[in-house]
Amino acid sequence: MTGSASVAGSAVPTRPEALSAPPRPAFSHDWRRIARIGAIAALGQMFIALSNMPVRLDERLVVKPVLSLGYLVLLFLPVAVGYRHGHQTVREGVPVSRPGLHEVVGGFSCGLLAGGGLSVLAVLLAHFDLREPLVNWSPILLDLLAFGNNTWFAAVIWLVIGAGLGAAGGAVRLLGPVSRRAVVTMALAVAGAAVLESLVVDLAEGMGLEALADRLYARRGGVNWNSALGLAGVCGVLAVIGRGRLRHARLRHAELQGTKRTRANAALIALTAAALIVLPLFAGKLTNELLANVGLFVLLALGLNVVVGLAGILDLGYVAFFAVGSYCAAVLTAATSPRITPEMPWLVALVVVVVITGLVGLFIGAPVIRMRGDYLAIVTLGFGEIIRLLFLSDWLSGWFGGAQGITKIPAAGIFGLTEVSGTDPRRVFYLVLVFCALAVYVSWRLERSRLGRAWMAVREDETVAEAMGINTVNVKLMAFVVGAVLGSFSGAIFAAKVGSVFPASFLILVSIVILVVVIFGGMGNIVGVIAGAAVLIGVLGGPKQPGLLVEFSEFKLLIYGALLIWMMLARPAGLIPSVRRTRELHQHEMAQDAWLQGQVDDEDEGKEARSSTAAARR
Amino acid sequence: MSPSHPAPTTGPDGDGAACPLLEMRSVNAHYGAVHALIDVNLAIYEGELVCLLGGNASGKSTTLKTLLGMLKPTSGEVVLDGEVVNDKPTGYRVARGVTMVPENRRLFKRLTVRENLDLGAYLRSDSQQVAADMERVFELFPRVKERLNQKSGTLSGGEQQMVAIGRALMARPRVLLMDEPSMGLAPALVQQNFELIQQIHQAGLTVFMVEQNANMALSIADRGWVLQTGRVVLDDTAENLLAHPDLQASYLGTAEQPNPIEGPSLSEALDAIRREERY
Ligand SMILES: Nc1ncnc2c1ncn2[C@@H]1O[C@H](COP(=O)(O)OP(=O)(O)OP(=O)(O)O)[C@@H](O)[C@H]1O
Ligand SMILES: [Mg+2]
Repeated sequence: MTGSASVAGSAVPTRPEALSAPPRPAFSHDWRRIARIGAIAALGQMFIALSNMPVRLDERLVVKPVLSLGYLVLLFLPVAVGYRHGHQTVREGVPVSRPGLHEVVGGFSCGLLAGGGLSVLAVLLAHFDLREPLVNWSPILLDLLAFGNNTWFAAVIWLVIGAGLGAAGGAVRLLGPVSRRAVVTMALAVAGAAVLESLVVDLAEGMGLEALADRLYARRGGVNWNSALGLAGVCGVLAVIGRGRLRHARLRHAELQGTKRTRANAALIALTAAALIVLPLFAGKLTNELLANVGLFVLLALGLNVVVGLAGILDLGYVAFFAVGSYCAAVLTAATSPRITPEMPWLVALVVVVVITGLVGLFIGAPVIRMRGDYLAIVTLGFGEIIRLLFLSDWLSGWFGGAQGITKIPAAGIFGLTEVSGTDPRRVFYLVLVFCALAVYVSWRLERSRLGRAWMAVREDETVAEAMGINTVNVKLMAFVVGAVLGSFSGAIFAAKVGSVFPASFLILVSIVILVVVIFGGMGNIVGVIAGAAVLIGVLGGPKQPGLLVEFSEFKLLIYGALLIWMMLARPAGLIPSVRRTRELHQHEMAQDAWLQGQVDDEDEGKEARSSTAAARR
Repeated sequence: MSPSHPAPTTGPDGDGAACPLLEMRSVNAHYGAVHALIDVNLAIYEGELVCLLGGNASGKSTTLKTLLGMLKPTSGEVVLDGEVVNDKPTGYRVARGVTMVPENRRLFKRLTVRENLDLGAYLRSDSQQVAADMERVFELFPRVKERLNQKSGTLSGGEQQMVAIGRALMARPRVLLMDEPSMGLAPALVQQNFELIQQIHQAGLTVFMVEQNANMALSIADRGWVLQTGRVVLDDTAENLLAHPDLQASYLGTAEQPNPIEGPSLSEALDAIRREERY
């Protein structure tokens, strides 16, 4: 017994010991791991090249003359694997060794292999013609890979670039926390400036700051290289000075209790609302269009979030409610729809739309919710398609116009004050904003209500929920109906905005995109869902709507897929995880953290809460 | 027995004047073609602590499900407080004081302890009473109060048991149905668990527990039934059941069989493992 006790004692390293862990020798590597990571990266590079992304995206400049988006997608992977390779082995919560030259050498090797993928591809491109299976196998691609020189230059230069970037990626591990933050901030600042270019230029013009925009951006797109350097410098300095003050503020906010917390939240909400109300005034048509699209998807995602995130019903046919909302509004308000003659004002129609969509939610939900898990998902998928096919059918074409859909839908009149239509996206945005606010409020209240609690219980364990006396059928139906109504708002606005509805606007893809937004943002979390919509729809674009990176539109689904996989691996709780999800997925790490900080004794609740929020921030 | 509740003499061999709190009258229940309960008769009286014994798949959980309304009997009657409740949903019965602690505890693992307790009181709208009952649960289980904001899935087995019972108590039950409360607990905890059940019972609650650990269950129960492939084969007082030769022969003995691995060899094996680890 004494023996085992002493073993346990020596197995627990103390913190000072951990800090003095020796750096690993630079060349002692797990070469098989490097080969594996490198090979995956090399294949990834070839895939990216052959997906034609580099050629298509070469048009869009990120930093004026030196870097285009096309090259950026090729440079990204070597850095990523170089950094990833240096991932520390952590044993019992303590890194095994100190980062050192070892990380740089490892990153170098991984990057070399990744770059090697492109070298091989360049050689193959020059000597074989595989256009038959690989449609993007083109001399243009070779030219791009070779920077306009010959094939062998391409082969060598990509090895060099890959190795260099990989080493740089590994070297990031050597930086202390402050410099690492600075580097990351600098990179993000330049990337952000490049991505947000059209938005910033538009806003700057609206505010009469053209000079600033001209200085930052080159005439035909891209950040000027000297401005990029300046921006990076300023942001780096700010990051060093800021020294995680932002993070501190967030932590402090998370710790606030009671009225103080309510007040802080109210202030944050007021600020956000003010920004959202004021900014569109300065923005032009395109920006407002973008904002309106994002808003429509926020509305849809909030609705689906109630169904999937709160009640745990995986609905793959959510587009049905969007479609029903749109078509209802169209039929009721458009003069071109033959069946209902007195054309209703939009607001009156909206009431009818809500009622009808709610009923459709009940109608679809009733058979669906008796199933569980996989079956439920597949059946909802079917219903999504059935609804679309009904709108498309000849049988109902007298009502819905078949494939031609319904056109000439009038603008949405609001109490005779204004007319909201697609020609003035700013008004559309404000209208969407009102409904988004409503949806946020409703979701927020529901989450904390008795019904919300019942949803969570059903999500966790339906049988036990039933044993607690919860009427699971009614509760799940309610989730369906609430989700349907929120989706129908989006549909009704969409109809007035676009002015026409076709069955082709309601493909299954829309359901999937909304679901991706919810998962990406963080299921069950209102802020997360909004952020997810802003990032995915705003930057990459919706199923048909262009985003900020217009060039990406044909690769959108590819990137959605890649993001989703990365998300599942790296941040399974979503972009902004709800506190609950974090608790559930990182319990293990939190326990480790608590142990490291010597706070294992859980008598001290406050301390524990702090360490768990610290874990949540990571 | 404390005088605060009726003595178990009101049972089947008693005067029969009192009406049972919960009763099954020749109930049959099916899962599709599976005939899970065959002509089952049970009566639970106010203030009793009774148990239902039986081997695996004998229909014990099914009995509880039928009492709670999660399974509809194909024939026969479930009677709650003199009212036939065959067609009443689970919620109706829970609201009238029938509550279950499910098999394996089945907490809502990803919800906090507090949320679990709140859900126990889901059907109640008297928030002050609920708060008072929550305090009572804390008195009964001080550990639960310490863990209020922890996710219930991360509690230890014993703690989960406390929360499961606490969650059931939050419904203000008149009769508590417990499905194998000692399942999955360490031997030391099993003893403690039965003491706890006794304690809850003495506080005035009617308890109907389903058990496989017959010796233990009968040592605290007043009466019991033995179920075999869906049929009640024995219905007697606890003492008689304990003495019953059939019961002894069938499976009561298993709980007391000695550990098949002998003491010294086990510790030797453990020592060997430890030495390996140290290396
Ligand atoms: N949902 C179901 N569908 C079909 N058959 C079921 C279902 N639930 C239980 N059964 C069957 O009914 C019979 C009784 O099951 P029950 O769960 O009541 O047994 P039990 O006595 O509780 O057993 P254990 O001690 O193992 O928990 C078993 O044969 C079982 O297979
Ligand atoms: Mg059972």
